[in-house]
Amino acid sequence: MDAILFYCLAALALASAVLVVAQRHPIGSALALIATLSALSGIFGLLGSPFIAVLQLVVYAGAIMVLFLFVLMLLNVRREEGSPATGRRVRWAALAFGALFIAQVGAVLTRLELAPSTTPFAASPRDVARLLFRPEYLYAFEATSVLILAALVGAMALARREQ
Amino acid sequence: MTPLTFWQQLAISAALIVVIVSVLLGLFSLMTWVERRLLAFMQFRLGPNRAGPLGLFQPIADGIKLFFKEELIPEQANKWAFLGAPVVAMTTALTSIAVLPYGPPITLPQMRWLPEWLSWLSGRTIALQIADLDVGVLYLFAVASLGVYGMVLAGWGANNKYTLMGGLRSSAQLFSYELALGLSLVGVILLADSLRIADIVASQASGRWGLPGLLSWNCFVQFPAFVVYLLAATAEVNRIPFDVAEAEAELVAGFHTEYGSMKFALIQMAEYVNMITVCVLATHLFLGGWLAPLPGLQQVLGHDLGLFWFASKVAALLFGFIWLRGTLPRVRYDQLMRFGWLVLIPVAVAWILVTATGVVLWGAR
Amino acid sequence: MSEGLLQHALYLSLALFAIGAVGVFLRRNVITVLMCIELMLNAANLAFVAFSRAWGTLAGQVFVFFVLTVAAAEAAVGLAIVIALQRHKDTLDVDAFDSMKG
Repeated sequence: MDAILFYCLAALALASAVLVVAQRHPIGSALALIATLSALSGIFGLLGSPFIAVLQLVVYAGAIMVLFLFVLMLLNVRREEGSPATGRRVRWAALAFGALFIAQVGAVLTRLELAPSTTPFAASPRDVARLLFRPEYLYAFEATSVLILAALVGAMALARREQ
Repeated sequence: MTPLTFWQQLAISAALIVVIVSVLLGLFSLMTWVERRLLAFMQFRLGPNRAGPLGLFQPIADGIKLFFKEELIPEQANKWAFLGAPVVAMTTALTSIAVLPYGPPITLPQMRWLPEWLSWLSGRTIALQIADLDVGVLYLFAVASLGVYGMVLAGWGANNKYTLMGGLRSSAQLFSYELALGLSLVGVILLADSLRIADIVASQASGRWGLPGLLSWNCFVQFPAFVVYLLAATAEVNRIPFDVAEAEAELVAGFHTEYGSMKFALIQMAEYVNMITVCVLATHLFLGGWLAPLPGLQQVLGHDLGLFWFASKVAALLFGFIWLRGTLPRVRYDQLMRFGWLVLIPVAVAWILVTATGVVLWGAR
Repeated sequence: MSEGLLQHALYLSLALFAIGAVGVFLRRNVITVLMCIELMLNAANLAFVAFSRAWGTLAGQVFVFFVLTVAAAEAAVGLAIVIALQRHKDTLDVDAFDSMKG
């Protein structure tokens, strides 16, 4: 059952990811990315991380992508023109890079010896929170809150019209 | 009790899905009639009372009318977004009902007349909940965040500047008040020490800190959070006084201007199902779920009255929503955003600080 | 969750990352490039979660938490910059912003 769900979600994630890159209309890409993020959230749930799965939906699919869609709709972005001005060479180079990358990292991954622990794994919010507030991660945790504040102020300052 | 096999669990879940979705959609039709009649009485008129006895067939008549209306799609509209938006809205609305319990766990009686392959049902305790997630409350936030897309797609897909403005404004309203909604629930979660809805209901049992009966419900113990939740929930489901999204005087009809017939019916259905979901969640998190006001009233003559108490609390909240609609005028959009960000969120955060201090000093129970 | 599935989760992460990287090269719209970067970040998240499950430690989850937060901040600032750029040059083509070239 886990396997069936995983392969369905993985197929959905891959298909949507290809659509993100291949779609001409940026809003179509955004919607495809939302589908990818939701599929990934499902896979996180299958991998025993319910907290991260829900957080992915709340933060990524529910907030960041809404921001993307807002900007796309407010800037009234139209369909992209056809082939890039730099021609077909760049396209082939990009695909060759992608293939080479997959080959190299794939070579490492196939030689990986994964022995998953047999103890049932469920990363509940309580467990993750206990880890987050320990001294080794506490500073980073508090620093991210300052980071978000800085991003908030920065985004507002960057996007306002010159008065 | 022998543990259930995968197929038995699947059968129970399938049956629960069918029952819960049918009851909710039936409740939606009933709500349309109830709302129109109650609003009419509040406005000193009668409301629909012609179709059938007391006008009870009015929802059926509305459904038939909407079914036969012409399906219009504006020429320049993005077909996928235009047709997909009501689907997204309805899907998220129905997905959110999966984690809520609709009554106390019921224990089936011993049924000796069942055939062999159904005998595992005898005496089985079933929670009236499709999915009992450990992160139930967080899951509802996630689905609420996804609910914004119905509006955004509807507003943009119709290729109409009014719907686009309306859609963007409504989604901004929605995710602003989602923050306040989430923050108001943190205090409740701190006291219950769990994100599971059944645990939160159990934490409101009588006797918390020595308080009798209904005084240990979260609506009294966490009163500011309750007020923030109710206001934020009203804004989340686009009800008056926060319904600038659909007001006829503003932006035509907001994001659903170009929708008619069954697509409009789907959007309305999604909105009502959201309203019912929000009321059920408020009942579980603040009003004690299926707990009786006094412990003695929970079991009468050997029968568990939990379902009755739960239904009456949800009905009271729904009546409250309709009452608000009949009483208050609409809030202007900038007043709405100001209220959400500058009043509700600071109040919610301050209350979290108070609750957290209390939990550290005196413990959660 | 068997070892085979964990392995395939890692392959999926690799594929998503490669698709995102190719997208960054191929697309001309700045916002689409940003979206492909988000795709790459998500591929990395998937790898973290898969390994966290494989080794049974929770450090992977914590890392994903931080990646989510930083990605949110980065998306906000990135989009604000895009809006400012659009106001300046009235186009969202990546090739148009080449004043620092050469």
